[in-house]
Amino acid sequence: MTVTEQRPTQHASSITANRLTRVQTGAVLAGAVVVGALSWLPSGSPNWARWIIVGLVSYCIGIYVVSRIVEGRRQGLDRLMRAVVTSAFAVVAMPLVSLLWTVVERGTNRFDVAFFTDTMRGVTGAEGGIYHAIVGTMIVTGLATIMSVPFGLFTAIYLAEYGHGTKLAKAIQSMVDVMTGIPSIVAGLFAYAMFEMIFGPGTRSGIAGAVALTVLMTPVVVRSSEEMLRLVPNELREAAYALGVPKWKTIVKVVLPTAIAGIITGVVLSIARVIGETAPLLVTAGLAQGVNWNPFDGRMTTLPVFTYYQYVQPGVPPSNGQDRAWAAALVLIIIVMVLFTVARILSSVLKPKGLR
Amino acid sequence: MTITDTPPGGDTVVAPTETTSKLGDRIFGGISLGAGILILVTLAAVALFLFVEAWPTFGADPGEFNESFVSYVAPLLFGTIWAASLALLMALPLAVGVALFISHYAPKRIAVTLGYFIDLLAAIPSVVFGLWGIAVLAPILSRSVYPWLEDNLGFLPFFAGPASTSGRTMMTAAVVLAVMILPIITAISREVFLQTPRLHEEASLALGATKWEMIQQAVLPYGRSGVISGAMLGLGRALGETMAVAIILSPANIITVNVISNQNPNTIAANIALKFPESAGLSVNRLIATGLVLFFVTFVVNALARRIANSGFSGADG
Repeated sequence: MTVTEQRPTQHASSITANRLTRVQTGAVLAGAVVVGALSWLPSGSPNWARWIIVGLVSYCIGIYVVSRIVEGRRQGLDRLMRAVVTSAFAVVAMPLVSLLWTVVERGTNRFDVAFFTDTMRGVTGAEGGIYHAIVGTMIVTGLATIMSVPFGLFTAIYLAEYGHGTKLAKAIQSMVDVMTGIPSIVAGLFAYAMFEMIFGPGTRSGIAGAVALTVLMTPVVVRSSEEMLRLVPNELREAAYALGVPKWKTIVKVVLPTAIAGIITGVVLSIARVIGETAPLLVTAGLAQGVNWNPFDGRMTTLPVFTYYQYVQPGVPPSNGQDRAWAAALVLIIIVMVLFTVARILSSVLKPKGLR
Repeated sequence: MTITDTPPGGDTVVAPTETTSKLGDRIFGGISLGAGILILVTLAAVALFLFVEAWPTFGADPGEFNESFVSYVAPLLFGTIWAASLALLMALPLAVGVALFISHYAPKRIAVTLGYFIDLLAAIPSVVFGLWGIAVLAPILSRSVYPWLEDNLGFLPFFAGPASTSGRTMMTAAVVLAVMILPIITAISREVFLQTPRLHEEASLALGATKWEMIQQAVLPYGRSGVISGAMLGLGRALGETMAVAIILSPANIITVNVISNQNPNTIAANIALKFPESAGLSVNRLIATGLVLFFVTFVVNALARRIANSGFSGADG
């Protein structure tokens, strides 16, 4: 792939005679930017989306036509596809940049201290906060983590260390795949159905939400942990056995410490995945206005559910609830980003020496 | 427990020396096995509990609801598949383009950062996408795109209109879904594109192919099954996506392919999220029954995806 970039550079040869120079391609790009600008100039105010899209399209057309005339059909197609692939990236980046920008811009309207220390109990105006939702998210996600990490890790140990190659292991593996594909709302319905059978209809509780999240989180933990356990070199296990260490001690003292960086990274990433889940918590944990510390009794608000309800039922005037919704969305995104960064740092800090 | 993946003998030397370690092995192995079996039990429980809770709907007195379960779920099922297919249609070409950009066009250093960025996007909560869709995207589309589509392409049934002024349409929902499933398809496609044998690429270039010809000859055939299974996984995700659709779509109980009007078929997941908090009695059972249908559909899609993925990344057959 580097070959195309290192074309022979003998000057004045026939190879370079009909090649576009950087200045020429730059000119086409500049032309495209101008055409893009022309698309909004008549209306007076800059329209970024239109500018970028029209600019990209005219660059793709322009570079193809110019290159086809100067360099021939094959080079023209090559330049066109390079432009198209790069444009695809630019087009995808647009909504994402817009999303992050919007969340930061609108989220900062209510990103104050009171927002983190107040609840929604008795709030009718612009005040109120997410203290109860943060407590709820911590409890529900914490419980889900406590349940799914041992569950997932031991399953991974079984798959990688004990049942390798057996029929049962294969069945478990394919069922883990099925579990990965369960829609989050279905996991929520399952938890609701289970707790309804035990505690009667209409039950909402934090623990039901945690069970729903466990169903979503466990397969992710199994997949990532199993992969990490398999990366542990077999020589390490054999060395331990040769020293007379029993198998379970080998796993606990040799295999797990070697794989721990990857396992923890996987767990943190799976937490990041489920912490923003809304639908399963909407049907299981519900919504409450105040703090509920007891996951076994009563409704419990979580951040994503709070965000949803503040936006769809914002009150009067709507800007109060919507500001709270955007601020809560900002908090959610910050949490996810922090978890991602933590996972990244942990994986490099905990990586054992000698294993790359 | 026996050791299957180590040479025979290692265990027999170790085991008799200590009886406590034998016990430890048995407990540890037992816990691991138990966890594995619990996976099977959990999945069986999901299906069982949903089925038991859904059952009263089917046995219900027909007069309980105005319509049968089939006519209740049909528009929802159509909406679910319609929205997900539209999203896939938009996301797939872009995702393949972005994956190619990261794997073969972008400078290496930037490519690593972009890969991380794409992974991060996959974790942005769906409710945030929903908020963005209704607050930012919907006004833009309803202002500058939908009227144009209605005026110029209105002869197509998809754009028959009347164009929504709120932007709460199937099209808006599908665009947001597309943005949401892009990272998944991109991540998987990039992975298989990067695995293309270096020799295939160099052989192609050595024969004088341009970069795009090389990609056509070596990278795309090799990555095809990976891209397809990535697309199926993305489709599975789009089918089950709840909150973004629930926030954006203005639902009606109809089946239509018109994507720019205010009258849209709802999706199963979004319908559950919207109705569940206010439902009681048999309505709850009926919603759970629709959930069971959704479970079944995603199960089939995911099974297909795995089948394609397991058929191997063979590019040799062209």
